[in-house]
Amino acid sequence: MKATGTAHKYGDHIDTDAIIAARYLSTTDPIELAAHCMQDIDAGFVERMEPGDIMVAGENFGCGSSREHAPIAIKAAGVSAVIAANFARIFYRNALNIGLPIIESPEAAAAINTGDEVTVDTEAGTIVDHTTGQEFRFQPLDGIAAELVEAGGLVPMVKEKLAARK
Amino acid sequence: MNITEKLLARAAGRDEVKPGEFVNCALDLVLANDITAPIAIDEFYNMGATAVFDPKKVALVCDHSTPNRNIDAAAQTKKVREFARAMGIPNYWEADQGGIEHIILPDKGLVLPGDVVIGADSHTCTYGALGAFSTGVGSTDAGAGMALGECWFRVPETIEVIYTGKLQPWVSGKDLILKLIGEIGVAGARYRALEFKGEVIESLEMAGRFTICNMAIEAGAKNGVVAPDEITLKWIEGRSQREPVVFASDADAQYCRTVEIDCNVLEPQVAFPHLPENTKGISEVGDVPIDQVVIGACTNGRLEDLREAAKVLEGRHVAEGIRCIVIPGSHAIHLEATREGLVERFLEAGCLVSTPTCGPCLGMHMGVLAEGERAIATTNRNFVGRMGHPQSEVYLASPAVAAASAIAGKIAGPED
Repeated sequence: MKATGTAHKYGDHIDTDAIIAARYLSTTDPIELAAHCMQDIDAGFVERMEPGDIMVAGENFGCGSSREHAPIAIKAAGVSAVIAANFARIFYRNALNIGLPIIESPEAAAAINTGDEVTVDTEAGTIVDHTTGQEFRFQPLDGIAAELVEAGGLVPMVKEKLAARK
Repeated sequence: MNITEKLLARAAGRDEVKPGEFVNCALDLVLANDITAPIAIDEFYNMGATAVFDPKKVALVCDHSTPNRNIDAAAQTKKVREFARAMGIPNYWEADQGGIEHIILPDKGLVLPGDVVIGADSHTCTYGALGAFSTGVGSTDAGAGMALGECWFRVPETIEVIYTGKLQPWVSGKDLILKLIGEIGVAGARYRALEFKGEVIESLEMAGRFTICNMAIEAGAKNGVVAPDEITLKWIEGRSQREPVVFASDADAQYCRTVEIDCNVLEPQVAFPHLPENTKGISEVGDVPIDQVVIGACTNGRLEDLREAAKVLEGRHVAEGIRCIVIPGSHAIHLEATREGLVERFLEAGCLVSTPTCGPCLGMHMGVLAEGERAIATTNRNFVGRMGHPQSEVYLASPAVAAASAIAGKIAGPED
């Protein structure tokens, strides 16, 4: 996956209530969820962002509730990848399961600023900040995480497993 | 090995596991609720599944938006109910059989020591109090769990938390876990297990242990666990036909970190907005006026919690203008609290007593905050906008502190 977009930067411990507030969870429609993405901490996000833009955050991104509506809202809003210093574990699993590209890079997360033009290349394991000229390398996924991305998420992977059982 | 490693090794059919290894575990229970199950059900069908792996090992609990807060929520619970019927899932309950998921599943004997459980709710870690491995996942993982009866995990490193000394009056499980989160931070146990031990835990009743494990996720933990003992075994008596599997950590078990908390000097704790790690002792709180009090939730909606609150409220009255909402964790608890006279005491004290629901904890309904309003709650999260408007505030505390605050009209300890 290779994507270029404008960075939108947030701080540490961005919780899933901030990503999508519970009052919007009486629907599972990705488009409706996307309309309220980040609303409580950044009301203008949805209007400001362009499809393909990149979300950048500090530590423990996606902490709190297990609501898969959070990565669904981010993905449906058009975000091409989330770069964070690190992720809360349920969010991490959920993002891999639904095919939202996530990258752990404390260096990139610290250096990139809101508004920077950024390219993420998950195959090459690189992040380029075109605004500052900085380049960052990150460890490509391995193990089950890599298999999940390869399969296109958990649904196709389980589909294959179930078919093999028959 | 430590308990978490033993639990995962058994479910993976292995003699031994080490932190960092990936294991595929057989599941004893898969849970989802009215918010997470609708997506889990869609993905379950998208996976090509036609039947759940074992209807008795799936539980679907509608508790977040119930009693249905609006038409969309009603449609969601309807979808969950119809799926449960279609799949022959016995663990779906209406009305008088129901309540908050993390309270009713242990109460109904659906989780036992030795089990491996996933739930599409982050507070699924609650059941570690029984000596189970139990962790929150998202909807797609829950859908896969329902289809396959298995789930992959990375074996976590474990932090041992040792509570020493003696609990002081009015200090409870909530204070023990808030103190820990204050010490290690909301990411302090990220990707790790928390194993709670020490003399204080050994003498703590199950209600307190559930509260502690419930909030393991608020330190970022994958799971929290307490070694099953006589208190555990006595508590599960008569709840299940299945046999518990009791594990204890070996003498040479490995831990990545040890945290010791001296309870001789531990006072009731309050977590300030907007993270559970912003804890202060009650004596350091200062003057914090409140608008609303919530006593309940999967954290503190058990009968013991209601008794603690009622003890503080006995013969007293909620301060003028304060909305104190008491939410028993299940219909069964509501009934028992009524029989014990607790409900009457709450009503006489000026509290509102609600039907079981997660409602206000996540700002869903039944006590949503307006801009600028402030609540103290026995819930588990105080993130921005958690209980309503993004400019509202939530302070986390025990039932005793919440009740005392309702009387004072500002945050106060039970001794005040």
